[in-house]
Amino acid sequence: MASMRYRFQGGVHPLTFKSLASDRPIKKSFIPKRVTLPLSQHIGSPAQAVVSVGMNVKVGDLIGEPSGYISSAVHASIAGKITKIAYLPTYNQARVLSVVIEAGVDEDQDFRVVTAASDVNFLSKEELLKLIRDAGVVGLGGAAFPTDVKLSPPGNKKIDTVILNGAECEPYLTCDHRLMLEKTEGILKGLGIIVKILGVRRAYIAIENNKMSAIYAMERALKLYGHKFAEWTGLGRGWTPKLAVLNEKYPQGAEKQIIKAILNRIVPAGGLPMDVGCIANNVGTAYAIYESVYLRKPLIERAITITGSCVKEPVNTWVRTGTLLSDLKDVFGGFTKEPKKVIIGGPMMGLAQYSMDIPISKGAGGVVFLTKDEIDSNEEGVCIRCGRCVDACPIGLVPTTLMYRVKKEQFQDAKSLGIAYCYECGSCAYTCPAKIPLLDYLKFGKAKIQTV
Amino acid sequence: MSDSLIVSIGPHIKDKVSTKRIMWAVTLSLLPAGLAGIFIFGMNSLFVIITSIATAVITEALTLAVRKKDMGAVWDGSAVLTGLLLAYNLPPQSPLWLPMAGSFFAIAIGKQAFGGLGHNIFNPALAGRAFLMISWPLYMTTWQLPRWRADAVAGATPLALYKEGEAFVMKSSSYCDLLIGNRGGCIGEVCVIALLAGAAYLLIKKYISWHIPVTFIATVALMSWIFNGRAGLFTGDALFFTLAGGLILGAFFMATDYVTSPLSSRGKLIFGTLCGVLTFLIRKFAGYPEGVSYAILIMNAATPIIDRYTFPKWFGWRRE
Repeated sequence: MASMRYRFQGGVHPLTFKSLASDRPIKKSFIPKRVTLPLSQHIGSPAQAVVSVGMNVKVGDLIGEPSGYISSAVHASIAGKITKIAYLPTYNQARVLSVVIEAGVDEDQDFRVVTAASDVNFLSKEELLKLIRDAGVVGLGGAAFPTDVKLSPPGNKKIDTVILNGAECEPYLTCDHRLMLEKTEGILKGLGIIVKILGVRRAYIAIENNKMSAIYAMERALKLYGHKFAEWTGLGRGWTPKLAVLNEKYPQGAEKQIIKAILNRIVPAGGLPMDVGCIANNVGTAYAIYESVYLRKPLIERAITITGSCVKEPVNTWVRTGTLLSDLKDVFGGFTKEPKKVIIGGPMMGLAQYSMDIPISKGAGGVVFLTKDEIDSNEEGVCIRCGRCVDACPIGLVPTTLMYRVKKEQFQDAKSLGIAYCYECGSCAYTCPAKIPLLDYLKFGKAKIQTV
Repeated sequence: MSDSLIVSIGPHIKDKVSTKRIMWAVTLSLLPAGLAGIFIFGMNSLFVIITSIATAVITEALTLAVRKKDMGAVWDGSAVLTGLLLAYNLPPQSPLWLPMAGSFFAIAIGKQAFGGLGHNIFNPALAGRAFLMISWPLYMTTWQLPRWRADAVAGATPLALYKEGEAFVMKSSSYCDLLIGNRGGCIGEVCVIALLAGAAYLLIKKYISWHIPVTFIATVALMSWIFNGRAGLFTGDALFFTLAGGLILGAFFMATDYVTSPLSSRGKLIFGTLCGVLTFLIRKFAGYPEGVSYAILIMNAATPIIDRYTFPKWFGWRRE
């Protein structure tokens, strides 16, 4: 275990509120009466429906197949009858073609493991990738990029390092923390598969120092399973991943920042981690990879955190994909105070919802409820040029200047000042003492330069 | 419930620090120096401070009303801070109409005429001081020594004495006197210890950064040591020139004014250094014994161009 000496510039330190749920074990999946499965829960082209209204499906049946290279499969998360295929709202897109399954009375709602896992160590790289693709695994850190595509970098990109991202820098969210405690072995097996596919010899497990229990759990597990990595990865004896303990700071979990913090490598602006020989995967994704390969289980459930100071019982729970938020009320016990904001994802980068009838899809890492008092309702003030946003921006932009450029509709100017490289972490707007919604202006400017 | 949900772009939580909180924190950090000034020079200093703040707040309210702006801004602390800083830059026995005229000018012309908070080019308090300096130079350069000195009625600042070539200057003010404020000078500038305590508070709370004050003071000290000695190069008394004037007050509390100083750290380093160079040049070659306030005002005007050439390069920037 080594504390990382490198830093990334900028960033902020919001109150985490992680103690609301961090000591709650992940509950077993609650089985809803119906699910709404969007055919596009990932980045890339939507899946193609292979079922029709009226058909009966079992848990784990394929209902949408990938429609291109960057695409992902969708599977039935409960058994039942398909009652509707229609354009329905999701948490991050207005309307997506979605399949609605309604459960009958006495269907078997457990996923049955069909194939024994004894052959795993003999699978080739291609076979592993196919299993991951067939299971519809996408990045569970939020972006939901198809994992098999991420693990197949073009031949001219030499990858030498894998980072398992357990930073979980978003306030409130604790499901990755719990996963690292409860599914330690599965996560390490998943990491072994990633290492085998990419053929790298260096891997880091990155955890922020506000999750000491997860750090200890991983440290113990590395000692316990250390000798097994040889067979999991096909690498020589004595090979184990390294633990990287990071100082708590938002947005540590962003790929570019975590690569800078661990390897001191700078991903070129507009580039990808693979440009500096690195690939980062979320711990939840690693666990999904493990399930897809060892259990041949498609991605039909994920761990999420449902939390907020107004929630009666903040929880971490497994959720079948497509479960409507409104159906989850029994799981978190309702509210002690009326929430005014429902956020899917964390409070920094998550998306506020206008309704509770939204399915939890693969990319949704949590649900945060905020009351009226917790939402900052201060009016937009005047920039006093304090420079806090400049210090907070992890990629070194000057948000206040960009804000003025956008206000004056000087979009080309904003472009030449690098507005396109903003990845919308929100640190600038978080820290602004004048309460200027800087990210609103930056997003607007980014949208404009794409159309100009 | 779903009708009443609020939908907006993130981040959905915000830092507690607000403009108001910063302004009041700076005001608070200046209090020790003011109390020390009142203790050293007597009650008239208190009346000057009160008059200055009251005039600033009233002027702010009137101009906001005339400009049909949100009146809540009167209490954001910025007007109080301007009034306080102006008072700190006045001689202790000033007649009360002096802070009135200065504060009025500072707020009405120095701040609101440019568009109010966030838009002024010059530090309003220093603009007010410059206005008074030009209009009533006699009142602005008549000094009082601390109450307990025998010749307490009229005196001169250590820098003025030095400029006039007084040989006994260091005899009448030891470094210790300079630190605690046992000397002639403006109300708020004399007690260096109190100022440093306030500055430490601001630095710890990260309301100001070290870049401007450190480069500013270091440049003045260095140039004074090299060029300002009576016995040739490298014989200047760096500590005397650091403590004797308004440098500590100016470097920590006036040059760091957000609105009128550069945004980026690199810009702040340039700004502080050039402030120091100008202060030294004015002290050495111009008619005034003290140059901190004019140095800052001149650099205020240069802030936009510094910002322009110190625009940071973004993460992963490559020459295209």
